[in-house]
Amino acid sequence: MSQIFHPSLNLIAKAMVLGVTLLLVVGSIVSYIFVRSPYMRGTTIAREQPVFFSHEHHVGELGLDCRYCHVNVERSGFAGVPSTDICMGCHSQVWADSPAIAPIKESMDENKPIAWNRVNNVPDYAFFNHSIHINKGIPCKECHGRVDKMGWTRKAQPLSMEWCLNCHRNRQDHLVPREEVFNMQYELPKDPAEREALQAALVEKYHVDIHQFNVTDCSVCHR
Amino acid sequence: MDEKRLNISELRKRLAEKTGKKYWRSFNEIADTSEFREFLEQEFPAGAAYLDDPTGLTRRTFLKIMGASMALAGLTACTATNPEKIVPYVEAPEELIPGEPLFYASAFPMAGYGMGVIVETHEGRPTKIEGNINHPASLGATNVFAQASILNLYDPDRTRQPERKGLMKTWSDFVTELGSAQKDWGDGEGVRLLTGTVTSPTLASQIQAFLQKYPAAKWHQYEPAGRDSARAGAQMAFGDFADTVYHFDKADVVLSLDADFLTSGPASVRYAKDFMKRRRVADKPENQVEMNRLYAVEANLTNTGIMADHRLPIRAVDVETFARSLAQKLGLDVAGGDPAKFGAWLDAVAEDLQAHKGASIVIPGDEQDPVVHALAHAINQALGNIGSTVSIIEPVEAEPMVQMDSFAALVEDMNAGAVKALFIIGGNPVFSAPVDIPFKDALKKVDFSVYMGSLLDETAVETLWYIPRSHYLETWGDIRAFDGTVTIMQPMIEPLHQSKSEYELLAALLDEPDATSHDIVKGYWQENAGDDDFDKWWRVTLHQGSVDGSEAKEMAATASVAAVASPYNTINDEMEIAFRPSPSLWDGRYANNGWLQEVPNSVTKLVWDNAALMAPAQAERLNLNDGDLIVLNYFDHSVEAPVLVLPGHADNAITVHLGYGRKVIGNVGRDVGFNAYAIRTSRKPWQDTGVILTYTGKTYELARTQDHHLMEGRTLVVSGTLEEYKQNPEFVQEETEYEKISMYPEFSYRGNAWGMTVDLSACIGCNACVVACQAENNIPVVGKMEVMRSREMHWMRIDRYFIGDMDNPDVVYQPVMCQQCEGAPCEVVCPAAATVHSREGLNDMVYNRCIGTRYCENNCPYKVRHFNFFQYVDVDEPTLQLMRNPNVTVRSRGVMEKCTYCVQRINAARITAKKEDRPIRDGEVKTACQAACPADAIVFGNIVDEGSQVAKLKASPLNYELLGELNVKPRTTYLARLKNPNPKLSEEV
Repeated sequence: MSQIFHPSLNLIAKAMVLGVTLLLVVGSIVSYIFVRSPYMRGTTIAREQPVFFSHEHHVGELGLDCRYCHVNVERSGFAGVPSTDICMGCHSQVWADSPAIAPIKESMDENKPIAWNRVNNVPDYAFFNHSIHINKGIPCKECHGRVDKMGWTRKAQPLSMEWCLNCHRNRQDHLVPREEVFNMQYELPKDPAEREALQAALVEKYHVDIHQFNVTDCSVCHR
Repeated sequence: MDEKRLNISELRKRLAEKTGKKYWRSFNEIADTSEFREFLEQEFPAGAAYLDDPTGLTRRTFLKIMGASMALAGLTACTATNPEKIVPYVEAPEELIPGEPLFYASAFPMAGYGMGVIVETHEGRPTKIEGNINHPASLGATNVFAQASILNLYDPDRTRQPERKGLMKTWSDFVTELGSAQKDWGDGEGVRLLTGTVTSPTLASQIQAFLQKYPAAKWHQYEPAGRDSARAGAQMAFGDFADTVYHFDKADVVLSLDADFLTSGPASVRYAKDFMKRRRVADKPENQVEMNRLYAVEANLTNTGIMADHRLPIRAVDVETFARSLAQKLGLDVAGGDPAKFGAWLDAVAEDLQAHKGASIVIPGDEQDPVVHALAHAINQALGNIGSTVSIIEPVEAEPMVQMDSFAALVEDMNAGAVKALFIIGGNPVFSAPVDIPFKDALKKVDFSVYMGSLLDETAVETLWYIPRSHYLETWGDIRAFDGTVTIMQPMIEPLHQSKSEYELLAALLDEPDATSHDIVKGYWQENAGDDDFDKWWRVTLHQGSVDGSEAKEMAATASVAAVASPYNTINDEMEIAFRPSPSLWDGRYANNGWLQEVPNSVTKLVWDNAALMAPAQAERLNLNDGDLIVLNYFDHSVEAPVLVLPGHADNAITVHLGYGRKVIGNVGRDVGFNAYAIRTSRKPWQDTGVILTYTGKTYELARTQDHHLMEGRTLVVSGTLEEYKQNPEFVQEETEYEKISMYPEFSYRGNAWGMTVDLSACIGCNACVVACQAENNIPVVGKMEVMRSREMHWMRIDRYFIGDMDNPDVVYQPVMCQQCEGAPCEVVCPAAATVHSREGLNDMVYNRCIGTRYCENNCPYKVRHFNFFQYVDVDEPTLQLMRNPNVTVRSRGVMEKCTYCVQRINAARITAKKEDRPIRDGEVKTACQAACPADAIVFGNIVDEGSQVAKLKASPLNYELLGELNVKPRTTYLARLKNPNPKLSEEV
């Protein structure tokens, strides 16, 4: 290979070495903080939806169970968004003439699905399964927050890999009794000893495999 | 140029000089030229050379390249997370749980016969075909065509709507024009129907109704790669049409007369299953190991010939002489044999067959002449096999006919102007007609011609009307299997385009243009199910995937030898040309299927092409080399074809595969290979002597994968004989014993330990696993040019090793996928921790972390990692988006890919098991390759569970690690290949 650069460029090259290093260090620090910021994780904004739907009203005030609408959350990896006929199950009678219900009726009449804006999303290369978390006693609010207090639904947790792993590494600290999974008001015992004892019992009871299979293996979520 | 040519005589000498067992993969490997070494040493051949240009890399180009790659690197990192939509159903279907697959029973139709399948669908999109364990033609396994058929459904080249003379029309336009044409039909004089082989009870009844309505109309059938010989042979032997079913699970000795029964034909999956039941030894206690014995007589080296314990390569035309000689040896009254010609080989076969009366099978190939079939029937009868290992059953077809005669009669009438309306359902006869039946020209004399086919092909552009045909996953239907068992086929998805099924076309001919396939098929069965509670019958039948009691009845048949007593053909010593259906494209119907085009031919390792196959001795005589273009001239017709020298091929014979050289087809199959139909005649559709060969002086580049991922002469394949094994069960262990040392600390494993065994005795090299893997794991095709650069993306390959001399070598197949090493060399060199170890022993590959350094591929001793050089996956094509497995990442450019032991299936099974609070059961997780394998050669499971099948197999003395001397502790191990040669012929092995 022939010589490509003229020797006079050496000084510039040396200056660049220093400059680039500095830039890299500062850049790394800034981006480390930035990607973890609520702004970047999207937890600050409530996303508008095609239907004026409030979890606060349905869950908080009316006390509907999560599974009334998210019917397959215990059976499928995908929690599911209610089909129009589920909405209409009530709203053909209740508030049937309200303008807030109009998009739902339109969907039913025209047989056109409602395109909801996705709030909680993980990248396509991460395969999350709702059913196993629910079945092993991870409460909805662990990831989705107190939806019973949300008007427009918003993302409650960063859903970053770091956040996922924090929980996967300390599974026993996040367990609740299975019957309380869908209960938004449920609180674990305040007393640390009592809480630890309860969660240890749940680990035992639900056979949460904290010794054998390692849920931090890459292929658990990525494949 | 000349010094590069391989000198076969020289290679022969070198091969003879090698001592011990001689395993080799290609002539290049024996020749060991400097070019070949260079090819091997370059981990990433071609491409690396771009920067090496000695004419000087200028600063300008250097900066340009660097700048471009910087820009690209920057851009790929900036994938904005676009807000996504979630679109639920308006009314949710009751049985469907979004996110969970549903499975439906149906049947995969091919050349008129069905194979029971279970189709996996995700939210109404079929994504994967599995075998139906309750179906006689499947028994849970599938073949390469069934696996690839999913791609045909989503083929972006499928025609969207009916066409009339190239103009887009609709079904109702067609119905209107058909209605006015029908007014002049009268009693149907001059109205013809041309279909492939029909076994469908519903379609047959529709055709019968049509023929009743128009009594003068005629029905013709034509399959280019059909079973005319079997039909005519049965007629000769039994005086009537009959089908034959072989029971390989009861046979100790099998003789194949040019029959590739393990990989070709409507029963091949079943036959492979049954045959292997008598062949596998690793799963039996050491003191009870027995194997069946297979003799094969054939010209081309086929998968069945490769399995054979003894193989006699002779020209296909000489098989008749062989059959006659055998019949004479067995005391049958036939003439025309020449026992002396086949010497000790024939004696041994005859003796072995006679020693296993009632427990042997002589099976003739569908491509052999009728007389060979009749002789085989007579021999089976003389051996007392009919009734025990061979069943003669009533014809499965609705209307058996010698199709070539029927087709010829049709074309004769067309030429005479006696056909005014012709309806063609499938088959593409313009392309596949024999050269002496001028179908294309005759078609011009038909005023009203209608063709129903899946693609706009050679026939579609010649007919007046073209109606797109619904894929079998889009329509209701029914079909019979090789033994007559009926399956009612369910649609998995609404037709993607404005296509119609053949049932709907027939209904239109019967003045019911709006009838749906569902109503037609259900209506037929409502009348014929013979069950009081039809609704229950219908649900049960759909669910189990077969109609109870629908198999064909056995016939009391006695084979007569009178019809074949005297010689049928005069056989001379001229060069033979043999036509065979392609193991990938069959008769050409799958030419637009990229998966099938790119799956390496299991014997030649050729992709994206066909070739004139010939023996090394013949190439040596004619001074021909791989890739030399020759002209094959046969009865005034000629075609240009590249030579491929195939060890084990019979001398003085050329074999060509049909189905290539398509001109009017989608983008994938156009101009791939040469069209062998151009020299095929109806008189001798399968083989004949008298081909003349001329070397053009030109060469053609063939893409073959046989030298790719070569592991350079180490002990990769261990093989032996049953006798050796019985005398010394430890011979494999002795051969593969190494001192095991490792630099790395032990990894601590917990829980399940996934592992696999691959039985080399059982692998028939059928490629079903390779395509199953491709379908399951969203693996792209790369095209011929990229294959020539060793960039094929298949996660598993089937290596093929020749053993011994080149004229009649023994062959071993070895499927190789990621071995999931416990001490994986790839993991320690990854700078991005993109490939790491799981506690269960999987060698995880994290695509989203991979930065594409390719160090891992470089460090992998098994060469099973594949780098995605370009964005091979077409992510924009909407129909292909529907096809993908939603549980596997669609990989982008710049990442390394490899086998994951189908980790998505492991995860799904683990979640189910955990929800049910139980361990994962043995056999609950089947990898895609394992599920597809008709030979049950691949077994997967938890190796720490002592009761698991895989753990038992790993305890077999036949078990060995590939490259055990490296001590990387692969989780995939191999069971050495055993054969069961006849001691009287053992010097031939």
